[in-house]
Amino acid sequence: MLPYVFRRLLQAIPILLAVAALIFVLFSVIPGNFATSQMADGRSNIDAATIERMNQQFGLNDSLPLRFAKYVGGLATLDLGDSFRTRQPVINLIGERLWPSLQLALAAMLFAIVIGVPLGFLAALRPGSWIDMFSMVFAVSGLSLPMFWLGLLLMYFFALTLNWFPSFGYGDGDPRYIVLPAIALGVSPLALLARTSRAAVLEILHADFVRTARAKGASSYRVMRWHVARNALVIVLTTLGLQFGSVLGQAVVVEKLFAWPGLGSLLVDSVTWRDIPAVQGCILTIVLFFLVVNIAVDVLCAVVDPRIKYS
Amino acid sequence: MLKKLAFTTALTFAAFTLQAQAQEPRRGGTIRFTAPYGASFVSNDSHVSNQIQDEIYGYALHGMLYKWDAKNGKPVLDIAESVQVSADGKTYTYKLRDNALFHNGRKLTADDVIWSYTRIMDGSKNYPGARYVARIVGATDVQKGQAKEISGLKKIDDSSFSMTLTDKADPGYFLFQAQTAILPAKEAQAAGFFEKPIGLGPFKFVEHVPGSRMAFERWDKYYLTGKPYADKLVISPMGEAAARDVAFRNKEVDVSILGSTQYVAYKADPNLSKGILEVAEVFTRNMGMNPTFKPFSDKRVRQAINHAIDSELIIKRLVRDKAYRASSWLPLSSPAFDKDAKPYAFDPEKAKKLLVEAGYPDGFEFEWTATPNESWGVPIVEATIPMLAKVGIKVKVKPVETSALGGVVVGGDFQAYIWSNTSGPDTLTALKCFHSSTPRSSCNYTTFKNAGFDKLIDDASNEADTAKQLDLLKKANALLQEEAPVWFFNYNKAVLAYQPWLHGLQPNSTELALQRYEELWVDTTSPAAK
Repeated sequence: MLPYVFRRLLQAIPILLAVAALIFVLFSVIPGNFATSQMADGRSNIDAATIERMNQQFGLNDSLPLRFAKYVGGLATLDLGDSFRTRQPVINLIGERLWPSLQLALAAMLFAIVIGVPLGFLAALRPGSWIDMFSMVFAVSGLSLPMFWLGLLLMYFFALTLNWFPSFGYGDGDPRYIVLPAIALGVSPLALLARTSRAAVLEILHADFVRTARAKGASSYRVMRWHVARNALVIVLTTLGLQFGSVLGQAVVVEKLFAWPGLGSLLVDSVTWRDIPAVQGCILTIVLFFLVVNIAVDVLCAVVDPRIKYS
Repeated sequence: MLKKLAFTTALTFAAFTLQAQAQEPRRGGTIRFTAPYGASFVSNDSHVSNQIQDEIYGYALHGMLYKWDAKNGKPVLDIAESVQVSADGKTYTYKLRDNALFHNGRKLTADDVIWSYTRIMDGSKNYPGARYVARIVGATDVQKGQAKEISGLKKIDDSSFSMTLTDKADPGYFLFQAQTAILPAKEAQAAGFFEKPIGLGPFKFVEHVPGSRMAFERWDKYYLTGKPYADKLVISPMGEAAARDVAFRNKEVDVSILGSTQYVAYKADPNLSKGILEVAEVFTRNMGMNPTFKPFSDKRVRQAINHAIDSELIIKRLVRDKAYRASSWLPLSSPAFDKDAKPYAFDPEKAKKLLVEAGYPDGFEFEWTATPNESWGVPIVEATIPMLAKVGIKVKVKPVETSALGGVVVGGDFQAYIWSNTSGPDTLTALKCFHSSTPRSSCNYTTFKNAGFDKLIDDASNEADTAKQLDLLKKANALLQEEAPVWFFNYNKAVLAYQPWLHGLQPNSTELALQRYEELWVDTTSPAAK
């Protein structure tokens, strides 16, 4: 197993490099740079000499391949460069934001798993019932609702009308602050998990080995616990991995809306101000998180289902 | 119309001032402020950022040489108690306050001021405040690495120093921003200083949770005895207007800057409308015309555009009255604003006539660069398209991102652009942007060139008598209107909604979100009164 994990981690390197290269190219194509973005407020007049000095300070006058080579050289020593905006090492900025982002991602996924998976199982066990209808309506709605709009609805209903939760902010360890952003972020994976669980359980319920188990006189509980749930779990885990991995990237909108101090809000501000090192750092972290979560899920699948072997 | 607007504004200010004075300030409680221009603060180092977002906390933490007196619309001394000006108006000698103490209890000295300004001029760092400090003699030598000290700054003793400027100007207009904050020289050079920075401001730094909040507590030894009133101050960056709206209505924050949609909703609400502060900010929304594009080199064409667009209709319908109609460049809050000047009348017939005289009887087509901004971007341009079409002018919209607009304009890569540009608070500085010696990259974006205008500005620069100078500037502003280098659209009306328990807000025309926190206080009805 360990050589497999090591190999997968090695495979992540070219992916990260490709992402870094893509960001470099994108930012060299779109108009504007950090120096000129400083004038956006209409009150900061920056003369040509200052723009030139800033471009020089941040190495923006170098050719794209040279800048990329320098960046990759830095990456090798975990140096993500310094942020143009804050003049601080990007790795420090990410360090400050990673834990709040992880907290939010974990809370959102917990919400999605605790509700989504049982909902999918129940719907599959009673196909065509009201719970099946409800779970599928919920799943379709959850997948199609724009996150920003859902967040606003939650704010208006649970913060403004019912006054159950604060509408924004990180709080001082007060768990009430994470509830609304976690729900806003968790609804989409919840919907997908519910749908996937339902489909997986339905399929397995009709499998030969389940029929055989029942014919052998196994109790419903035993059939569900040992035959259906274990087999469905692999499919659910794979979906979970994909969702968990991408939730950090999806959090951009939610973090900005709820003033949650995670990577997403850092990324938005960095894009606005053309802070290329910070953008790169944030995106690479999100990509790395996605890769690591999916490797972990692969390992977990092998633990759950002994038939899966990685050579 | 403008008279009416100015009168209404004055009445609002007066009513607001009276209301604030009617109650005795109360000590204690927490002020819960919002910073509406982004999802985070850039840095704990106020010298690093040029964004208003960071100035919002800078006013709590730091003292500057000057501060903006919002009620009287002029700069006043902050950390200095007196100043003497030389006969030539270029050398200023300051006596620092004896009771100005940094948050570690150490007394402010002239060395701190000199060190702070020298730091800002570090050429390898490109701090944004350098454009202000550069007006001190020898500052640019430090920036270029040709000197280690700013020759125009001389320490006289621990509590006084002199400052010589490169030109005759009132330094109060450019040394009140938080980008020119005075830091403690020795302490600021220590490693880790900016993790928990100290300054001279009314509030001490407590913590910064990046992307969430910055918290402060009262500095008991602030130089203004008895101030600040509040025990604590929490500033939350909240870039999303809708989220701010919910937080404000839910009484989680004490203030919120309003956009045009919310402005209408708040005005219509009987409760929320009681807590609205409106100010004509020193920003002029305009369409700059590039004279290298042949039609725009003719004054009559530029005037025709000003006549062809129904600015009032756009302000009413699209900007929802969250702006004041512009007559020329200088805004309502400028002392040189001419209340009797009439803006260009909406007169398509006159516009057509001017176009015929200029040799464009069939009109022409031009490319208009615009950002997505709702108050001075693509939506506004789209509204003008049918108006301009009626006089034969076709418009091709060229959308750009807000952060790219500055680069496009400075590079001269446009036929026309729409922007919101600063037009104050210093009238002379604002008008100098149209002086022919000012390059496009500095702020003469339309490369305006007019000998008569240049003379008026030069005379105003050399005039010692304030009243005479003001008269010259009024004439220059009138000439600018006549020459119409831009379409004069509107002056920004900034709107701040505040909770009924918050008092002491100031109508700051330089930027309404920038408040002197030492003047603010909360009464016992605040949810954070304790």
